[in-house]
Amino acid sequence: MVGIASGGLGAIFDLNQPAHYVHWHFFEMSVANVSVIVAMLIVFALAILLPFPGSKRRRRQGGAE
Amino acid sequence: MSAPEAQPPEPGRPSPPPRSGATGASEARSSWTARLRDSAVSAWPPERLLPDSQPTYVSSWIYVFGAATIGAFIVIVGSGVILGLKGPAWWHDTGVGHFFNSIHLWSVEIFFFTMVVHLWGKFFMAAWRGGRARTWMSGAVVFLVSIGTAFTGYVSQQNFDSQWISTQGKDAMNSVGIGAFFNVTNFGQMYTYHVLLLPLAVTILVAGHILLVRRHGVVPPIPLGGASGGGEAAAEGS
Repeated sequence: MVGIASGGLGAIFDLNQPAHYVHWHFFEMSVANVSVIVAMLIVFALAILLPFPGSKRRRRQGGAE
Repeated sequence: MSAPEAQPPEPGRPSPPPRSGATGASEARSSWTARLRDSAVSAWPPERLLPDSQPTYVSSWIYVFGAATIGAFIVIVGSGVILGLKGPAWWHDTGVGHFFNSIHLWSVEIFFFTMVVHLWGKFFMAAWRGGRARTWMSGAVVFLVSIGTAFTGYVSQQNFDSQWISTQGKDAMNSVGIGAFFNVTNFGQMYTYHVLLLPLAVTILVAGHILLVRRHGVVPPIPLGGASGGGEAAAEGS
């Protein structure tokens, strides 16, 4: 696992090497930056979709406490 | 419950000013400290400044990213103070220095990560509704000043990376005419910006942002019916 990380993903995200880039028409961005943006989008979607602990109980109690 | 009895002043200490009565009220109006105190307590009564409960709609993960950003900011300041006390040779050449350098870097990454998710969440719920325009604008200014703070940090690393970034960045500064005042190849100037001026600005702006959130309350979600409710009632109840 560690070997995969260091040899595969590690090679992509290793900031001590020339960066890997994503090219698509006018769009050009390093893989590291694209990964961070994708991660932010995923976290944003999860923050909206996942239930917050205790939210159902608070709704049952009703209104602002 | 009866009111506490007035205690005689200790020898050598001034007696406390009267809190009520016509004489005290008129004196209070003529004192700028009393006026400032009255306006501050009126805007931020203790139960609003430090609430012990939140409206039901705050029970959502999208509402935690502002607090997460503040948490990351506290770690940034703490690790930055340690780095500043020990200096570049320490953070480059020792294991513990590398550790705190990494803590500083990754807390900045988390700071921007959570701040951007916080910004998206507030944008899509139109968080400027209900008299919260200043809250929104102060948050946007915090974001912009934070970018400058991070940039001055990148050019203050004292390594080849900072040399590369500064020699590239100087062209951007010169192209907009501020290179003579904001010289990114001047380590002393950039370091002062990074460890004092810009963190102080971010701290003051974040404090103001939080006070505005406490003043107007956490913005509620947009009503499903399409009504442009600003949530003043909800803010009052927060």
